[in-house]
Amino acid sequence: MSDVEARLGPVDQIPLGEGRAFLVGDEPVAVFRPRSGGLHALRAICPHRGGPLADGLTDGEVVMCPLHNHQFSLADGSCATGADAVAAYSAAEEDGELVVRLRHAAQRS
Amino acid sequence: MTQTAQRPDTEQTTPTRSRLVVVGNGMSGARALEEILARGGGEQFAITVFGDEPYGNYNRILLSEVLANAAGAVVDNEDADDEIYLNPLDWYADNGITLHAGVRIVRIDRHAKVVLGDDGSVTPYDTLVLATGSRSFFPPMEGMWASRTALTRGVFGFRSLDDATAMLEHVKDHRTAVVIGGGLLGLEAAAGLQAHGVAVHVVHPTEVLMNQQLEAEASKVLRSKLQDMGMHMHLGVKTSEILVTDGAVSGVRFTDDSTLDCDMVVVTAGIRPNIGLAMVSGLETQRAIVVDDKMRSVDDDDIYVVGECAQHRGEVYGVVGPLWEQAAVLADVVTGADPDAEYHGSRLATKLKVAGVDVAQMGVKTPERSSDEFVQFSETGRGVYQTVVIRDGTLIGATLVGDVSKVAALTQAFDSRSALPEERVKLLFDLGSADDAAAAADLPDDTQICNCNGVSKGDLVACVEHGAESVSACMAQTRAGKGCGSCKGLVKDVVEAALGGAGAEDPAEAYYVPGIPMDKPSLMAAIREQELKSVSAVFAALAPEGREHVGSKMGLTALLRMMWPDEFVDERDGRFINDRVHANIQRDGTFSVVPRMSGGVTSPEQLRRIADVAEKHEIPMVKLTGGQRIDLLGVPKEKLQEVWADLDMPSGWAYGKSFRTVKTCVGTDFCRFGLGDSTQLGIDLEERYKGIEGPAKMKLAVSGCPRNCAESMVKDVGLVAVGGQEGDQHCRWQIYVGGAAGATIRKGDILATVDSHEEAMRITGRFLQYYRENANWLERTYDFVPRMGLDHLVAVVVDDVEGIAAGLDARMQESVDRYADPWATDQQDRTPGQFHDALPLVPLPQVPVREDSSR
Repeated sequence: MSDVEARLGPVDQIPLGEGRAFLVGDEPVAVFRPRSGGLHALRAICPHRGGPLADGLTDGEVVMCPLHNHQFSLADGSCATGADAVAAYSAAEEDGELVVRLRHAAQRS
Repeated sequence: MTQTAQRPDTEQTTPTRSRLVVVGNGMSGARALEEILARGGGEQFAITVFGDEPYGNYNRILLSEVLANAAGAVVDNEDADDEIYLNPLDWYADNGITLHAGVRIVRIDRHAKVVLGDDGSVTPYDTLVLATGSRSFFPPMEGMWASRTALTRGVFGFRSLDDATAMLEHVKDHRTAVVIGGGLLGLEAAAGLQAHGVAVHVVHPTEVLMNQQLEAEASKVLRSKLQDMGMHMHLGVKTSEILVTDGAVSGVRFTDDSTLDCDMVVVTAGIRPNIGLAMVSGLETQRAIVVDDKMRSVDDDDIYVVGECAQHRGEVYGVVGPLWEQAAVLADVVTGADPDAEYHGSRLATKLKVAGVDVAQMGVKTPERSSDEFVQFSETGRGVYQTVVIRDGTLIGATLVGDVSKVAALTQAFDSRSALPEERVKLLFDLGSADDAAAAADLPDDTQICNCNGVSKGDLVACVEHGAESVSACMAQTRAGKGCGSCKGLVKDVVEAALGGAGAEDPAEAYYVPGIPMDKPSLMAAIREQELKSVSAVFAALAPEGREHVGSKMGLTALLRMMWPDEFVDERDGRFINDRVHANIQRDGTFSVVPRMSGGVTSPEQLRRIADVAEKHEIPMVKLTGGQRIDLLGVPKEKLQEVWADLDMPSGWAYGKSFRTVKTCVGTDFCRFGLGDSTQLGIDLEERYKGIEGPAKMKLAVSGCPRNCAESMVKDVGLVAVGGQEGDQHCRWQIYVGGAAGATIRKGDILATVDSHEEAMRITGRFLQYYRENANWLERTYDFVPRMGLDHLVAVVVDDVEGIAAGLDARMQESVDRYADPWATDQQDRTPGQFHDALPLVPLPQVPVREDSSR
């Protein structure tokens, strides 16, 4: 799969400090909007037991899965609490709109 | 001296009221009066009280504290420490009671129904209460008396406020005291005198100090502790003479003819009930005035007797517990509140500090039958001695010296005659609780420590070897203790042992939440001072570099919601998903919906509606919860609002760190054993405290009788109805706190036993508020209660020694008043996409649907 890009509508559909889930192609993506600024995107499904990461609590650096509290870096998807990493994607605000890009589908795993 | 408070002509002006006269103004007389007033006796009776001490009544138990009071501070009668007075003189006037303080009643004319005073007064009565108490016994002895009524200078009894103040005056310029009689009172006097720097010698006729309460071995441990403190003991000898020089004490002579120089003698050789008045008035007396089960003299239905001067079924009691019980029965009968009330004797349990040594005793001292079980533990080096006596599987006696940490549990077992652990020694020790790191160090490496996350001791030790320096660091890296949390203590022990014990002090352990380096009191003070009303404001002001911390948000949200019920700035990202959508997230990302069903009571109409909702929304599982309600499982997030609307029932808060349910039994409405209306109390508690948020969830229960079908003893707060006498209409409620039967098992401790439904509601709310304000984040009551200590909780929550009860009640009321049902208020989205699917493309629910097995 080559790069997929999706324009997902206004940024403020994600409340400040929370995450929301979107479909980008057939990939479920959780996009987070920390209070400290910026936008981050991770695959929406926790690699541990399939928890909904978009429902997790976040701070500026990590999201915590609501099922078993594994924490994943918003920047690169790595896990500091012993689970596998989750795929990280790029998310940005362009002209007030949320844009998510999936680079290599192979990165997931 | 006669002090007459208001209404001098009570008898003439209100002839319709019956006349109640109380002779004796000590603790039991005053208590009887209070109980009578509490039952409306103030309107029913014109009350007159005679006391031969010229004070309002005072707490005799505190005499030893008066004596031990800061050296040199002489307590004089005018401004003695107010605490000792139970009721000041004003109290009598305020309650319309005529008090004749300093008048001694010398005779009762039972035919004319009057009492005659030593001031020549004649006072008529319809009902008479004798509460003449007891006095010090002075054994006949050369040198004791200076005259027929006055003791030799330097000789003291220890019974009244006058005795205590006279002794305080005397110790200022005297150095050596002999205490005759090593019972409880004698040892208290000895300790009090020693606190004033006086050399103290205790003389006791047997080898067993405090032989009323203790058997020989226990007494020996106490003795050696007292000796270590410098008290001199002369045991197995009697004093034969008090030596007098120039009209003052100069020494004592023992029966073996040896002598001891001293300049002070305190006689605590026992007490004798004051029964002279009863004897001259023709009432049956033996050791004391003989009474029936209604606390009446056996000779005269109009004369009641209470306290140390009463002999009931052969027993004369000298400690307060029984006196309180007697006073309550007396008041029930006298006022007619419960004419059938009966006193059936008391089981004695005492807990006291003798000269700084903790002593607790209840029931029998030693086994009495060959079949009695006797468990005995003695560690004389540390001054600890403990025994329990068990008969037919119930605890009938216990003695604790030096270490009384198990007294609460033992008292409970003793009072409730509850089942005992198979291993009897568990009554005295928490076995296998690994309370020392040494035990943890001995565990093999492959021992699994955390069962939730599968962490072994070896994993934790490896963590330390790779440089982790604290318990919290090891927990973060291995996730040990991050599941149910019940292994945290063991994790701590293992890590501390691996760290070498020392240097394992981890300041992070005291933090309320990990992201803000402050304990709860400092954090709350800072929040209040800087008026921080949102989670982001707290991070900005108090976190290192103002950094947010994901694991701290939920705890801060809960704290701020409690602290600012009105002004809290609700940032939804500070809430856990459950609290954002008011439902409990399940393993597949769906939610469970539990409507409130207060006290576990429902109706056909409600059940029909729930059934309709379950069918309409194809709810994959409908299940009864442990908290007596109905759980609809497998509801996708985006259908929650619709399900709530169709249910049209309020939220049961089965998702929050909050007040959950009140489990109840059927109480009095249908159960043939019920003593109290547990169902109604459960409903009322749940309706009042529903949704109150706290540091962790709060599960309650109310049982209508001690059969305890609602399992009240293993709840955060559990109430149990206990009866008065048979036929008594009003039950009392025991309030247990800190119980658990989940990851941790703990039997709750009795916080209080209260008389009414209302009081049960109030104390429950006050305890919960104290818990909300003082517990650490996620600290359940089963950790909180032992951490604070039951004694402290009773003092603060029940006795209000810190004077904060009104504030706690008011703040709880504020939270109650602000309650809004989240299902109703969030029918409109609070944030964009609040109820959006978070797992797109995954078909939910994925919970397997079970076939109905009952078919």
